[in-house]
Amino acid sequence: MTADLLTPTAGPQLIYRINPVAKMAAAFLIGLGVLLSIDWVSASVALACESVLLFWAGVPPRRLAIRLSPVLVGAVTAAFMTALYAPESGASYLNILFAHVTAGSIELATATFARILAVGVPAVVLFLTVDPTDLADGLAQVLRLPARFVIGALAAVRLVGLFIDDWRSLERARRARGVADRGRLRRLLSQAFALLVLSIRRATKLATAMEARGFGSSAPRSWARPSSLHRADVVLMLIGALIAAASITVSVATGHWRFLGT
Amino acid sequence: MQPRPVAVDARGWGWRHADRPGFAVSGLDLRIEPGERVLLLGASGAGKSTLVAALAGLLGDEEAGEEIGELRVDGRNPRDARGGVGLVLQDPDSQVILARVGDDVAFGCENLGVPRDEIWPRVREALDAVGLALPLDHPTSGLSGGQKQRLALAGVLAMRPGLLLLDEPTANLDPLGVAEVREAMAQVLDRTRATFIVIEHRVAVWADLVTRVIVLSPGGGVLADGTPDQVLRAEGARLAESGVWVPGFEPAAPARDRGATGTPVLEARGLAVGRERRVVIREGIDLTVSASRTLAVTGSNGTGKSTLGLTLGGLLPPLGGTLDASAIAGGLPAEPHRWRSRDLVSRIGSVFQDPEHQFVAATVAAELAVGPKAAGVESAEASRRIDAAVERLRLGHLLEANPFTLSGGEKRRLSVATALVTRPALLVLDEPTFGQDARTWRELVALLSALLDEGSALVAVTHDAAFVDALADDVLSFDLPVGAR
Repeated sequence: MTADLLTPTAGPQLIYRINPVAKMAAAFLIGLGVLLSIDWVSASVALACESVLLFWAGVPPRRLAIRLSPVLVGAVTAAFMTALYAPESGASYLNILFAHVTAGSIELATATFARILAVGVPAVVLFLTVDPTDLADGLAQVLRLPARFVIGALAAVRLVGLFIDDWRSLERARRARGVADRGRLRRLLSQAFALLVLSIRRATKLATAMEARGFGSSAPRSWARPSSLHRADVVLMLIGALIAAASITVSVATGHWRFLGT
Repeated sequence: MQPRPVAVDARGWGWRHADRPGFAVSGLDLRIEPGERVLLLGASGAGKSTLVAALAGLLGDEEAGEEIGELRVDGRNPRDARGGVGLVLQDPDSQVILARVGDDVAFGCENLGVPRDEIWPRVREALDAVGLALPLDHPTSGLSGGQKQRLALAGVLAMRPGLLLLDEPTANLDPLGVAEVREAMAQVLDRTRATFIVIEHRVAVWADLVTRVIVLSPGGGVLADGTPDQVLRAEGARLAESGVWVPGFEPAAPARDRGATGTPVLEARGLAVGRERRVVIREGIDLTVSASRTLAVTGSNGTGKSTLGLTLGGLLPPLGGTLDASAIAGGLPAEPHRWRSRDLVSRIGSVFQDPEHQFVAATVAAELAVGPKAAGVESAEASRRIDAAVERLRLGHLLEANPFTLSGGEKRRLSVATALVTRPALLVLDEPTFGQDARTWRELVALLSALLDEGSALVAVTHDAAFVDALADDVLSFDLPVGAR
């Protein structure tokens, strides 16, 4: 069975009651603090603070580890490449063809590793604990994004799960019709086109169903689920701002700050 | 609290879709009084769905088509009465809008700007009315077809419409789902006074719940109008002929000589099936499929019937046991899933539940040519077979049409024709009669019966009891709990 992308995300922990908009804002603030400077200190400070916060996130460690693994792989790969191929500076440790590991490149590699994690961890936690419906409510009611767009997008996301089933079905149907042996590329292209046609038909049907329930009319919309910012939301955003401030301050104070890598 | 039932008036009304040359509906004169309960019938192409879409205010403006005459809901243009009219459509999957049951029902109320304090009591009342006793935060994704249709009905009821429209609400449901939706609707009609119009080609489902039957004529206007008894007595035979399922006028199935003893084509012993590797849905299946015989596989949804069909059709690998088709393999390995696609197509034909999945060409003619070409059938022979299939399945006037633009019955006929032209020894059909009108049903059963006489073997995965009665020599029922055999 395919995973339904819109299966409600819920849990007893505080983090599931935080407004998704506040979580996004906090992640954004932390990310901003980390991205402004390419150095290992600011990113490490942010990462350290985040690890403390992770205890409250309430995501089972196993699940977190699985979801974090791609980020970790990416961070290690990027760090490794940086160590080998970054511009040389300082003491040289290793020289093979184009690969030069120097003191400078190792420092840059550490910074790269820490930065990817510092941005990736909040993003993964966000992804794991935000319910799409709640996010749409927040975007429309707190950030005042156009309801027609936000709700339309939310309804469309639900169709993605069906596309996966459609794709498999198309694959089997092509085999049954005798055309599954020909060139892989050609087959994929024709199948992708068929999926596009099916998707548009599904989307049209969904749009009709939504219109039939009054969606898209000019009447002002009401909201069955209120979405607003409460004290806990403000506190989380403040924590985000504090982490950003702390990472910048420590980095500047220790002389590691390099604004946008300059 | 109760919505005020509204009247429907049509005066010389007609509509032509912008992309079609002829009018879908024309010359319609009609008055439906507030609170009337109407079953809307008519042959395929008589414009029933167009009328219902118009009443729901969904037809669009001059760009979408040409309108003549006047159509009024509650004395107003239906486009301005949206929200006062509730519509439930045919496809359960494309009517679920949000991820949680409560949110989905609340969606219409939100769009109407109903105050929040009022929305949730309405949601609970609507769910109660359709008998959907689920928590408000229950995910909508796992619901059955019947539950999804009741959910859509609840979403419409919560809007408190004065006019309730149902466009073939049970056509895509299994018998259990049909009964569920009918039961829910009966309960709803006990509580509401709303005007009610339902399109359905199975008359028996709604005959007891409606007070009036209106039959639209494909040539425009109204063919018959009156109480269910009057109309069905006077028009029953003609309606049945045009494809409507009328009680007492069920389509006749050709007499078959049962119990032919054909040679075995395919044998399964201890077969385990599933769609993903290592995820067995059903195991321990023993069956033999023989020439000139039909094996019907029946049972509730989710019991693995379709998965078995795909496995027998060589489209999924068996997950255990043996599957032996060496009688028709012609030197290839015994298991069909190991054959190449082009070898499969001339040995086992598969007809999917949703014909749209099977179409790979831009015209009906090209669609029919795909299979023979893949199988390497010499072209004179291929045209001969295609001509025969076209003749037999009345596709001649559609050869240049795009398969996706055909009606439901035409799509089904085409998908069967594409499987026939490669002359497979075994034909596997998944719900071949699902959502089909009586005429297509009759033709399909006659065709399959003829194929059996010619020596083909059939496997049909089906919920349709009449189909089983008409054709099945052997029945494999999946309703018994696994391991209870």
